Amino acid sequence: MIVLDSVHKSYVTGNNSLHVLKGIDLEIGAGEFVSIMGSSGSGKSTLLNILGILDDYDSGSYVLNGKKIKSLNETKAAMLRNEMIGFVFQSFNLISFKNARENVALPLYYQKVSRRKRNVIAMEYLDRMGLKDWADHLPSELSGGQKQRVAIARALISNPKVILADEPTGALDTTTSFEVMDILKEVNDQGITVIIVTHEHDIASMTRKIIRLRDGVIAEVIKNGDLQMYRDRVLAE
Amino acid sequence: MFDIDIWQEIFSTIRKNKLRTFLTGFSVAWGIFMLMVLLGSGNGLQNGVRSQFSDNAENIMWMWTGETSIPYKGYKEGREIRFNNEDYDYLVGKAEGVDKVSARFYLRGDITYSYGKEYGSFTTSTCYPALADMEKIKISSGRFINDLDMMDYRKVVVIGDDIRKALFKEVDPLGKYINIGNVPFMVVGVSYDPRSRDNRQAYMPFTTAQRIYGGGNRVHTFAITTEMVKTTEEAEAIGENIRQQMASRHSFDPTDQKAMGSFNMLTEYMRTMKIFQAIKMFVWIIGIGTLIAGIVGVSNIMLILVKERTREIGIRKALGASPASVIGLILLESILITTIAGYIGLVLGVGLMEGFNYALEQMMASGSGEQIFFMNPTVDFGTAVAATLILILSGALAGYIPARKAAKVKPIEALHDE
Repeated sequence: MIVLDSVHKSYVTGNNSLHVLKGIDLEIGAGEFVSIMGSSGSGKSTLLNILGILDDYDSGSYVLNGKKIKSLNETKAAMLRNEMIGFVFQSFNLISFKNARENVALPLYYQKVSRRKRNVIAMEYLDRMGLKDWADHLPSELSGGQKQRVAIARALISNPKVILADEPTGALDTTTSFEVMDILKEVNDQGITVIIVTHEHDIASMTRKIIRLRDGVIAEVIKNGDLQMYRDRVLAE
Repeated sequence: MFDIDIWQEIFSTIRKNKLRTFLTGFSVAWGIFMLMVLLGSGNGLQNGVRSQFSDNAENIMWMWTGETSIPYKGYKEGREIRFNNEDYDYLVGKAEGVDKVSARFYLRGDITYSYGKEYGSFTTSTCYPALADMEKIKISSGRFINDLDMMDYRKVVVIGDDIRKALFKEVDPLGKYINIGNVPFMVVGVSYDPRSRDNRQAYMPFTTAQRIYGGGNRVHTFAITTEMVKTTEEAEAIGENIRQQMASRHSFDPTDQKAMGSFNMLTEYMRTMKIFQAIKMFVWIIGIGTLIAGIVGVSNIMLILVKERTREIGIRKALGASPASVIGLILLESILITTIAGYIGLVLGVGLMEGFNYALEQMMASGSGEQIFFMNPTVDFGTAVAATLILILSGALAGYIPARKAAKVKPIEALHDE
């Protein structure tokens, strides 16, 4: 699904050049449930932006679902994001003056789906998140967990191949965090690739593969048996 | 671009910022309101002045003679120049650029008009039939002097409305004989001047007057209409040409203004109209200037709006909004605000001028507005349409920079902008 081959990225500000990603080689198959970990400055946000086609990279190659992603124009990038990727953010990023249903339906608006049809579909997804009764509420009238579930419904509505979640539980308490993770797990069970950026070990331990970044390179990949050990260690803490 | 969703989005942002939207709209409305009021006033002044001209044809020219003030071809100064009937034949037949001609012979002294026991002293204008068109004489009953009157030296007269009132009261004057300086003339028509300037005037065939009052072949003044031309220069050229011809016919220096005087309405008219063109241009410049201030205001507000909505725009982009759809959103909102506000200003401005016009017409109708140099101060439909188009264009212009800024919003930065 996702293949990265020695991807480099640096940010230039004035005369300073900050080399953030120093050759990332990464392969994530369809249906994987992956978390990306790393301290701040390790480049995990940058990597997520590149994976989400929100940002371009300098060299190397990134192939998403068999399509090479490089120097796309904005319109094309927007279209690909709409079709391929669902975003879930730490701060939910719901549009404040739209109610839950309208927020969920927004990606379909950009697919030119008719208003009535996309409202019906949005209701389906809200129902799946158990938020049917909250469809007409504005984000300000929802709790954190509800907001994140609305955001997940919005990410799913365009039937993406990949869900990219940037600290999806960062603003939630433990119980709600686990609820959200359960939902993401369910999403993954339907065959959608889920990639979570997090710095919480217990959240990461719920995924099936942990990619650890350090100073712009992949320091380790924890999976299979190692992952079980990791989980035990996290649980013991 | 015009589906219901985009409008819903625009209205929801407008609803959130009512005061701000109102203030922005107000500056635009004010701009267009001022433009309409200024244009309307300009038009009113122009129409008013034009109506002053409308007592006569715009292309009329009067000529009269006097004594020479410059020696010429052996003649001494102080010689009296006189127009005559041959000059009339020349002007009608050969002169270039001349359309219609009327000659006038002044009757000496006060002439008393009487009918039965009623009498009064009035002005007699001796003329050719062409004068009716040249001085735009309105006939309320009967007819004006005609060619047969001229040929047969008929003793007929057209009397002004005040003369009719003075001599006839309620009696129908047509066919009645009145004594003009003890000569009986038959009344064939009554003329009427809505501005009541020429109502104490009677019109008499030139030929008859010349014969009865001993004029020989003497002509005191000529009134001619020149061909309609487009520039002041051409109008002046026609007048100058006639002066040259008359100078050679009567042997006086063409530059001698005392020997022959003239007044060319066309040059005056054109000069005045030119001034109004300048005024109109000035008004447009001021109006557009005011409007630009409004546009800058809208643009400014939209910029702030884009800044406030950076995050929202970022979310939209992450979810798949193309730059074009973001530009459309901002541009349409800007156009909507300017167009609606501008239209309100337009309607108020035009409404005010129409109301003003109504009041003026009432004053005119009641007869108290005769001396007002102001008439029909309204803006024509074409101007209003042009102003509307300018508004839409302004809206687009005002939204352009903010929209471009919005299109450049990077989702990553917008989303991390807490």
